[in-house]
Amino acid sequence: MNNANYKSQMLEGSRAIALTIKNISPAVISAYPITPQTHIVEDLAKFKADGAANYEYVRAESEFAAASIVAGASAAGVRTYSATSSQGLLLMIEVVYNIAGMRLPVVMTCANRALSAPINIWNDQQDVMAARDAGWILLFAENHQEAVGQHIMAFKIAERLKIPVMANVDGYIMTHTYEPVIIPTAEQIKRYLPDYTPVAGQFLDPENPVTMGVLATPAHYMEIRQELHDDLTASLKTIDLEYKKYHSLIQNSKFKIQNYKSKFKIIDNGLLEYIGPKSPQTIIVALGSVISTIKDTVAESKDVGILKIKVFRPFPAEEILKIIKPAKNVAVIDKSISLGHIGPLASDIKAVAQGQTTANITSFVVGLGGRDITKEIILKIIKLAGRKSDRARFIGKV
Amino acid sequence: MVEIRIHGRGGQGVVTAAELIAIAAFKDGKQAQAFSSFGVERTGAPVESYVRIDDQPIITRQQIYRPNVLIVQDASLLGAIDVAKGADKNTLIIINTAKNKDELKINLPPGARKNNLHFIDATKIAIAIIGKNIVNTVILGAFAKATGLIGLKSLEAAIKEKFVDQPNLVAKNIKAVKRTYQSNI
Repeated sequence: MNNANYKSQMLEGSRAIALTIKNISPAVISAYPITPQTHIVEDLAKFKADGAANYEYVRAESEFAAASIVAGASAAGVRTYSATSSQGLLLMIEVVYNIAGMRLPVVMTCANRALSAPINIWNDQQDVMAARDAGWILLFAENHQEAVGQHIMAFKIAERLKIPVMANVDGYIMTHTYEPVIIPTAEQIKRYLPDYTPVAGQFLDPENPVTMGVLATPAHYMEIRQELHDDLTASLKTIDLEYKKYHSLIQNSKFKIQNYKSKFKIIDNGLLEYIGPKSPQTIIVALGSVISTIKDTVAESKDVGILKIKVFRPFPAEEILKIIKPAKNVAVIDKSISLGHIGPLASDIKAVAQGQTTANITSFVVGLGGRDITKEIILKIIKLAGRKSDRARFIGKV
Repeated sequence: MVEIRIHGRGGQGVVTAAELIAIAAFKDGKQAQAFSSFGVERTGAPVESYVRIDDQPIITRQQIYRPNVLIVQDASLLGAIDVAKGADKNTLIIINTAKNKDELKINLPPGARKNNLHFIDATKIAIAIIGKNIVNTVILGAFAKATGLIGLKSLEAAIKEKFVDQPNLVAKNIKAVKRTYQSNI
């Protein structure tokens, strides 16, 4: 199998992810088909109905059940996948915590959308913040190609480390947008991601009986939780390593996808991407697809750098600090708000910078409930970045 | 970069129209992006969709505020919302209407040239060919002809790709596209 046959296609984000999952071929997929859901599971159900897929597709009676079904299947030792969004993730949340606590390598897509009330089906990133502390690896993609890669890497990382991975994509802005993307074939993916073989003694197997999700008394609970935390923190290394492997085996020089070009040095690894001057006046930090609009706005500015966080949990603190240190101002953009405080990403960046830099770090909240994030909004944020403020500034219009 | 904005109502194929343009442009070897400003799936609610076409990779994700091409699939929107907002005198405008320019309530951009305005009775053609008031492909034939942004062959291929699960729609929609592509608009 040579890799000269990478073909670019014009696809909706959901379809790109669905085709990728089909080629990864998990054993069990479960989802609940109601708004807010995505075309991802609709497509996956259709591939199955058309006889074009080998996985078991279980239509659940609720999001809670869908999460429980993939948890159970994963505990039984097979590769599993689900996708959800918004209120659906909230209904799953008890199981989401259990999946991480039981160290089940589940992979799930979250199409990021706003939460009720008021009712709103459009994009922001408030939903995933409800799962922030659950013990999952949280990845964020800027565009379709990055989402495809992150989904493939997600299975490898989850299965190597026994830590679940949530691949986040902006609802509508990515799930419903058509743009060019390359979907690696099943054979190409297999060279990077071999079939999943669970380790004896780590899954429900009559030959090697184990108990999962056992009661842990005060004598043991804390150590078990700390172990999960330590393993999650240490996973940064594996995530970065898998990124390098993915790029040498699949998304390599034969993988011709047109990309944003910049005259600046680009730092690009599995955890983050930085584009901009070495010592910028201002660095803008954000998660997900808004990075594209920021790139378009800031293009080639000698004053402004752009820091894309690809891995939000575990938080790549050291790598972020290295990049933001030389900047005078750090403008952190969140599409969510820790109500009563500031944006969650801004809060984390401030914690990382504590005592390490004199940069003025400020929190900007944008795009809630599908509000369009325009070039003008980005320019306004750059303008305001030098002004001190301890509060979240909501920039909804200019 | 060319920016196209399409206005219509839920159920009229506004989103599909944008997707078809992007798929066709991509088949022509160009970079493209299509997305929409959805309502919650409500038939009849105003919907906007957007397409960008360029030779370079398309980076921005903001909605389209200054369209180079404006398509209005439903003239009943004209009194309700300012569809021509952000258009300038060079914007090519295609409107589905049985009326003529003087009867329409549209705030045309100042200095708009007459040959940039195209009025087609797409509803009449759609009902005759497709059997329903879904006018997107009828208008796309006119769009391809008037703008030269996408080729007829690519548009036909895009329709085949998009309606792969509904083969009964393919022939009708290709016929609809050809009807306006081959007419004098």
